[in-house]
Amino acid sequence: MKDIRPAILMLIVFTIICGGIYPAVVTGFANSVFPKQAKGSLIVDKSNREIGSDLIGQPFSRPQYFWPRPSATTDFGYNPAGSGGSNAGPTNPDYLKTVMDRVKALRDTGVIGSVPADLVQASASGLDPDITPEAAMVQVPRIAGMRGMSEDALKKLVADHTEGRQFSILGAPRVNVLALNLKLDTVSR
Amino acid sequence: MNAYDWLQTILLFVVLLALIKPLGSFMAKVYQGERTFMSPVLAPCENLIYRICGVKKDEEMGWQRYALAMLFFNLALFAALFTILMSQHLLPLNPQKLPAFSWQLALNTAISFTTNTNWQAYAGEQAASYFTQMAGLTVHNFVSAATGMAIAIALIRGFSRRKTSMLGNFWVDLTRSTLYILLPISLVAALVLVSQGVIQNFTPYKTVPLVQSTSYDKPKLDDKGSPLKDAKGNPVTENVIVKEVSIPMGPVASQEAIKELGTNGGGFFNANSAHPFENPTPLTNMLEILLILLIPGSLTYTFGIMVGNTRQGWAILGGMLLLLAVSFGVLQIVETNGNPLVAELGIRGVNMEGKEVRFGLAGSSLFAVATTGTSCGAVNTMHDSLTPLGGMIPLSLILLGEIVFGGVGSGLYTMLAFAIIAVFVSGLMIGRTPEYLGKKIEVREMWLSILTILTAGVVVLILSGIAMITPQAVSSMANPGAHGLSEVFYGFASMANNNGSAFAGLNANVNFYNILGSLAMTLGRYVPAIAVLTMAGSLAEKKYVPPSLGTLPTDKAPFAIWLTLVIIIVGALTFFPALSLGPIVEHLTMLGGK
Repeated sequence: MKDIRPAILMLIVFTIICGGIYPAVVTGFANSVFPKQAKGSLIVDKSNREIGSDLIGQPFSRPQYFWPRPSATTDFGYNPAGSGGSNAGPTNPDYLKTVMDRVKALRDTGVIGSVPADLVQASASGLDPDITPEAAMVQVPRIAGMRGMSEDALKKLVADHTEGRQFSILGAPRVNVLALNLKLDTVSR
Repeated sequence: MNAYDWLQTILLFVVLLALIKPLGSFMAKVYQGERTFMSPVLAPCENLIYRICGVKKDEEMGWQRYALAMLFFNLALFAALFTILMSQHLLPLNPQKLPAFSWQLALNTAISFTTNTNWQAYAGEQAASYFTQMAGLTVHNFVSAATGMAIAIALIRGFSRRKTSMLGNFWVDLTRSTLYILLPISLVAALVLVSQGVIQNFTPYKTVPLVQSTSYDKPKLDDKGSPLKDAKGNPVTENVIVKEVSIPMGPVASQEAIKELGTNGGGFFNANSAHPFENPTPLTNMLEILLILLIPGSLTYTFGIMVGNTRQGWAILGGMLLLLAVSFGVLQIVETNGNPLVAELGIRGVNMEGKEVRFGLAGSSLFAVATTGTSCGAVNTMHDSLTPLGGMIPLSLILLGEIVFGGVGSGLYTMLAFAIIAVFVSGLMIGRTPEYLGKKIEVREMWLSILTILTAGVVVLILSGIAMITPQAVSSMANPGAHGLSEVFYGFASMANNNGSAFAGLNANVNFYNILGSLAMTLGRYVPAIAVLTMAGSLAEKKYVPPSLGTLPTDKAPFAIWLTLVIIIVGALTFFPALSLGPIVEHLTMLGGK
């Protein structure tokens, strides 16, 4: 029974240390050394208005934009307020039909050959900012047609926005869709 | 598996193995009360904590008092978090004005974080205020991990001490685990995470305009808030145009670091470590995997030092690595082969459903085995959407009792219970005396070891069985057929083994799962914990038996392999029937094209 008092006091002490001092120290350091990252890697436009984050994808469905991955967030795709995946099981008939519809939608825009998986399968977070370089390349003919740009110019744009493996080893090559589309709007309206 | 996948995997393990020895010996020093390079700063803080809390640091405890202190502390933790969750709307740092949790959800969540499970039946960004995340969840991440470490250290002392009833002081072990090990590593890790883009702030959620507006069909509600239906019974909807979205903010990095390091796994956001604000780059992904494995792996070395033979620790680590390598290999192969039902539609590449592009396949698979081989339960991949055999890998790692490398502390003590079983079984087979680390293994130790390794399994099977005949439990499944069974089975496996990951399609925020899940988490944590402390007490009182010709050497590779086989046999005997009804049937139907 003599350990009841230490139990309560330890709880209070560790709440102060781990729940107060520790996060405060991290916040202090983070905001003085890495202020942009700590605040969410926000993108600002010319008039200094916050228009998105480098790390959070946005929904694009119009044919003149590069399309991101399918998203299963709450209410609508790429809703940052409700992150999450589809949690669809691999043999679920509804899921297979959804994927089939997505493939068909791409085929309707002139995609031939095999379709990159990331363009028709939903991401884990629902906010994945990236697609694979292959997924960007299959969209080039559609966008070139819509915007009256040459395919070569678009391919170069995609290549410029392709981020390789980190330190040449880690992860996978990727293209940030929001950054690419923002750039696209500056070169062709 | 391409060359980069190999390279990343090898790199991760080289770094991990290089850190095990220094961290393991540092931890041994900390628990034995020796001076370390941190003592000049931390020793005064440590002594101050003891003074405030009225703890005499040289006072030793027998197993009963050690267990009682642990239980009192955990009870206090539970009560504190339950109170915070129920009164969240009255507390500060709640810029989104989030309401209080329901009592069922608060009960489940408070038990979940106290038991180091971190099962989440709520979505972080929609339910938990900054105050809750920080003063509630982050604190529990630290001290529930420290509780596990203290229990493991008490068991090690049971092996290393002779003819005493004393196991150390719970308050001292708890304080040292937090102060010298968890806090410094978390602090450094949190700053690296921020440098890569993990957020750390207290601002309200940011509203930003969309470059291209979007729209969705919103169900219309009547005055009472229930969905309106038309004459045919279909829901009535209205089309809503969305021109701006709200991006959640918060003190994420400080929680993210300890969430992985303490093998807790409770995400700040619903998407957990798949969320770009929790895990923005391939580097943070590898760092998070490393943090998950770091302490459980290093504790094997601490164990070796404290029992006076580091090869005993390497043998245990060897068994763990073997299981990890096999699991990772299988997962990587089945996910690369992908889903034939999807490939049929003209799609190329690995299974990408529920995965993020930036991590790559190896980064996703490594995370999945690390998080379920330990008791972490953070995810960067949605396990529900893995291929059937792919999903069986994390499920099996959880069912084996999370011993690859296991939860902080809990992994080591469960593994040592398996080692005792392995010694006993081999003793029966070859007619040698069952001894482990110079202590005779007798009926009492066998009972306690069995209690340690089988409690979770029994709980999982019984509760999954009950779920199958409960309409509310069945209607929570998100996917039909065998996969639905896997969801429920995974859910109880995860809760009873204190993992916390999920086949997340399952709607777990209903009374059935909230309440029975709380029971599963409580039994799965405290029955083994008390059994282990009882065993520690009984071992400490035994005299030392020097190794003789009749002793099975437990510090060599053959024992590591034998230990692995015993683990697989025990796991297969317990769970094969249930696994064959879930993932295995689903795999066969998938191959059959149905």
